[in-house]
Amino acid sequence: MWNWFHKLASPPHFYRLAGIFSPWLLWSSLILIAIGTYGGLVLAPADYQQGEGFRIIYVHVPSSYLSTMIYALMAITSGIGLIWRIKLAHAVAASAAPIGASFTVVSLLTGMLWGKPMWGTYWEWDPRLTSELILLFIYFGYMSLRASFEDIGKADRAGGLLAVVGVVNLPIIHYSVIWWSSLHQGPSIKKLDAPSISGDMLWPLLLLIAASTLFFGAILLYRARAEVLDREHNSRWVQDLLGERPGAG
Amino acid sequence: MTPRKQRMLTVGLVVVGVSLAVALALQAFQENLLFFYSPTQAIAGEPPEGRKFRLGGLVEQGSMAREPGELKVSFIVTDLENTIPVSYAGVLPDLFREGQGVVAHGYLQPDGSFLAEEVLAKHDENYMAPEVADLLAEQGHPVDNTRAGPEKN
Repeated sequence: MWNWFHKLASPPHFYRLAGIFSPWLLWSSLILIAIGTYGGLVLAPADYQQGEGFRIIYVHVPSSYLSTMIYALMAITSGIGLIWRIKLAHAVAASAAPIGASFTVVSLLTGMLWGKPMWGTYWEWDPRLTSELILLFIYFGYMSLRASFEDIGKADRAGGLLAVVGVVNLPIIHYSVIWWSSLHQGPSIKKLDAPSISGDMLWPLLLLIAASTLFFGAILLYRARAEVLDREHNSRWVQDLLGERPGAG
Repeated sequence: MTPRKQRMLTVGLVVVGVSLAVALALQAFQENLLFFYSPTQAIAGEPPEGRKFRLGGLVEQGSMAREPGELKVSFIVTDLENTIPVSYAGVLPDLFREGQGVVAHGYLQPDGSFLAEEVLAKHDENYMAPEVADLLAEQGHPVDNTRAGPEKN
């Protein structure tokens, strides 16, 4: 197990493995996204209260889910990078941040578009909306903090610490609709309870959540490969790689 | 203590410390974080007097009345314990209907009624096809909207 862990943490090994996995992840995710979109936009019935407008959940829920999951991944890899001094873990965290920020923007925008007709407002300083906006600012803070360091080791340590500290926002986002009276509705999909969304609406949603996660995995691997190449551009294996296959990677 | 264990402890302590600080801060601001007050809280005088606040609850069945030819509308907001009559002049959101959750932003009047300047509809977490909702109502199990109201502790 430790052996495997250390082997994975070696940049050339990771670079090769990620290169093998990423196209598979990308194509399977695109196929599943197509099926899920068809299920959500065509097969699922309109909602009894919201009519056709409810279909925005097929974009809103997967992107909101990913906005927090990606942050969790970023915090965990940053923690691993800080404690075990594994540079690859920092590279993965740094590659994940812009993807997470993008999904957060999509989540906020789709929520606003839905909120205007349904609630009657684009934006309210509601606990759920506010904590999600803070998440976006933490992503931006992480990225600009990293960018402010010339030395990549210092960027890793400072950014990593920020990512780990920012993790306190995740439970606040999750429980904001339960702890405080909020305009945002409670969760429709619960771990220990029957979902309060009917089956023919639910399966495309679950499929799209899974498919977007695979899609994120693919993009992360592409970005992390580029990040690893950039960090290791002076090392022997990258020189060899570029010498053998000029222009590749 | 090895350097790695020391780093582990440092990272752990930082996370625990920040979580504790945030938890205490949230605890202190608990009241300000309330997005809306329920009619029971409003009647008990919890919202600051004379100030604008949000009133949340369910629109009581059969309570909605419109003035003909005008935008003025009045309805009763309930949390199933207490009620407050609300008057409003403006466009209501799509999801506004009797029995559904609503959040009104405005002032409590001296006569105990609420003058709203803005009315938002609060959606619940139930998603289903219209046919299913009709079927549930026919069978005598209409969709439970009470959970859309403010939570009672």
